[in-house]
Amino acid sequence: MIDSKIPEGPLAEKWSHYKAKAKLVNPANRKKLNIIVVGTGLAGASCAASLAEQGYNIKSFCFQDSARRAHSVAAQGGVNAAKNYKNDGDSTFRMFYDTIKGGDFRSREANVYRLAECSAQLIDHAVAQGVPFAREYAGYLNNRSFGGVQVSRTFYARGQTGQQLLLGAYQALLRQVSLGKVDLNTRHEMLELVVIDGKAKGIIARNMETGAIERHAADAVVLASGGYGKVYYLSTLAMGCNSSAIWRAHKKGAFMAGVSWIQFHPTSLPQHGENQSKLTLMSESLRNDGRIWVPKTAGDDRNPNTIPEEERDYYLERKYPSFGNLAPRDISSRAAKEQIDAGHGVGPMKNAIYLDFSDAIRAQGKDKIEAKYSNLFAMYEKITGINAYKEPMLISPSAHFTMGGLWVDYELMTTIPGLFALGEANFADHGANRLGANSLLQACVDGYFIAPYTIPNYLSGELNTPKIDTSHPAFDEAEKTVQSQLNRFLSSKGTLSTDYFHKKIGRLLYEKCGLSRSKQKLEKALEEIKTLKASFEKDLLITGDDKLNSELEKAGRIADYIELAELMCHDALQREESCGAHFREEYQTADGEAVRNDTDFCYVSAWEWKGKEQLPELHKEPLVFESVELAVRSYK
Amino acid sequence: MKLYLKIWRQFDTSSKGEMTDYEIDNVSEHMSFLEMLDLLNESLIHKKERVIEFDHDCREGICGQCGVMIDGRAHGPLKNTTTCQLHMRSFKDGDTIYIEPFRAKAFPVLRDLKIDRSAFDKIITAGGFIGAATGQAPEANSIPISYETAEASFDAAACIGCGACVATCKNASAALFTGAKITHLALLPQGKIEASKRVLTMVQQMDAEGFGNCSDTRACEIECPQSISILSIAKMNYEYSKAILLRK
Repeated sequence: MIDSKIPEGPLAEKWSHYKAKAKLVNPANRKKLNIIVVGTGLAGASCAASLAEQGYNIKSFCFQDSARRAHSVAAQGGVNAAKNYKNDGDSTFRMFYDTIKGGDFRSREANVYRLAECSAQLIDHAVAQGVPFAREYAGYLNNRSFGGVQVSRTFYARGQTGQQLLLGAYQALLRQVSLGKVDLNTRHEMLELVVIDGKAKGIIARNMETGAIERHAADAVVLASGGYGKVYYLSTLAMGCNSSAIWRAHKKGAFMAGVSWIQFHPTSLPQHGENQSKLTLMSESLRNDGRIWVPKTAGDDRNPNTIPEEERDYYLERKYPSFGNLAPRDISSRAAKEQIDAGHGVGPMKNAIYLDFSDAIRAQGKDKIEAKYSNLFAMYEKITGINAYKEPMLISPSAHFTMGGLWVDYELMTTIPGLFALGEANFADHGANRLGANSLLQACVDGYFIAPYTIPNYLSGELNTPKIDTSHPAFDEAEKTVQSQLNRFLSSKGTLSTDYFHKKIGRLLYEKCGLSRSKQKLEKALEEIKTLKASFEKDLLITGDDKLNSELEKAGRIADYIELAELMCHDALQREESCGAHFREEYQTADGEAVRNDTDFCYVSAWEWKGKEQLPELHKEPLVFESVELAVRSYK
Repeated sequence: MKLYLKIWRQFDTSSKGEMTDYEIDNVSEHMSFLEMLDLLNESLIHKKERVIEFDHDCREGICGQCGVMIDGRAHGPLKNTTTCQLHMRSFKDGDTIYIEPFRAKAFPVLRDLKIDRSAFDKIITAGGFIGAATGQAPEANSIPISYETAEASFDAAACIGCGACVATCKNASAALFTGAKITHLALLPQGKIEASKRVLTMVQQMDAEGFGNCSDTRACEIECPQSISILSIAKMNYEYSKAILLRK
């Protein structure tokens, strides 16, 4: 049933073979073809700009007030590329291997190899666009190492790499707007996918300024709408990040894969109170010099500076001596949770661990630490009021990146022909855990270098299909679905706000389908979600009108989150193994390490929506490893 | 703490707006300013009233979507800070706080504290880019750029497009925003070829959008969350004069 369409041939030649054989569209015919791109982050903006450069007509949509604000903007650390500028043994194959291993052998070899293969070209392109990457004094590009790999392949622009890459893509997009090739619709939210004769042919979008419901037809639809970590409410994501575009596509027939694989970033600021809306990320680079510890005695609430060395537990250094404080994200986050759950958590809510720079300051001097991290220390003080040069930082894991998303084949096409998913919105390249500095890479590579080959390959077959008009009955029906949901929200007569439900579903997932899961917890979660769903139907209260109304916007997103949460739990429940970010308590070694089961679970779980009251149906895409050996992922 | 808020309410662009009084209790000093507004909105929902609309997204100071005037200052009492990074410990129990939208002719109010900043996008559309299409790029290290140049370019490129510079300027000038993009691109060798054309079209667009002129008060630099220097404006003026002089 599901065909990943991986090209024949040796791993290193698959992508060139594909490109050599992909069908093309004559330049004169491209202007007859229209493409909708939802999302203007790195994946969406780069894809829209690149396809417009080829001559297609693009309609681009984002919910923000400007395309420049999509959440790619917030990525701090960097972007990986196998340039081997440091002459330290990097290569396409090594980068491929690190990524496959980092993902705990739950991603497709061919996709991951292509990601590594296209990485060098991305750096060339970003530099040509004017992205001001860090340089050495001689003028050449600088690199640093990141997230538990043994080479320096990360390119960066201070702590604002995502912002700078996004501005490059945004500017390329606006250049196409100036040339009339892109019709950019900001403050628009996609609320429905239109499928005609089994193919994606358009969307229903809501103009968030006026409330107008709009119909947009196209020959192909691209979803680059980002990840759904915000389902946990407290997360490192922007407030508006949501799953609605992909979820509504899912309900129209696109499968979702790896749905419960969510990365918890180990170094975010802890929650401080009930009204908190956001957990701010502190760059992972801090772990290069900070030491992580908790008091050996549970409940010890002395000032950290007065706790003597022998009463501290540097648990990462103890458990993972070879990687220590630089253990990969899933492992560090889980270890932190273990300590907090065992009562060793610190801070006012006992929900944090210490990240301590005192040894680094003693060894290197305050100047050196300041030179490396002054902006992060300043940000920390701005938010918490605490000076981290004098006291250890309080940090805690928080929901960050979704490895899961819409299932896509090698061409980044979903199970609905003509519907493509790019960047964090798809499940493709990171397996069960993403390596640091690979998310910007994947978004860019999908948008600049992959979709511009695979979408024309699809469109070449669409030239002769009759043009769809927005008066087609499928548009009537899709618009009716959207309108009736909005009407239901506007006539709601309950007493509870959207935020109430969002916090509820977030808390529930965090406890039962978060950093660690078990059959018992997940079954409980599914019951509770049922109750919450019923309550959302009758207790929701939306004030305001059908025009500009942020509460109305949130209501639709939360309705989708509740359904998505249900699928996340089904996905986590069905996968009876521990892999990457998915840690099932039943499947661990005596000392608490994950136990993966390659005999029974070496496949991608792709889920099909069967209807509101039906259980989703599982489809399995076997993962075949031809170039690497499946190994136990050890960082000890 | 308990606070007295005076907040601008305006139904839509064409309606007349007014300051409305609200009281809010149980505000913790650890809350961000926007979380305080969330709390207020929660209480309005319970009273079945329409919430106060305000723009925000990342809440970590980088997306540039948030921004209001707080007691007459863009992004509030702290220098070089976005509204989302302002915390309630900057206020004290019993304070009265005035909250208004960023005001400028080029930034019409959409509703309450939400404004339309699409004029900024139009300035970028007029030439704020390097015309490198996907596929054209040479090897990245074939264009060495000195450390100092890359850093100076970054300083200008760091702009988040929030509009505080416009809101705080008595002329509602967008010179800092426009100058920052011109500086970012003109400093880099890749951006030099289009530099003259770029500065002319972007400045023309900036004027067409209804922004005022720069009279060098330096107010923008103080509020800019990314501390972008007004030397960017000098650089824009330099590039502009050069372009005019060399125009064929």
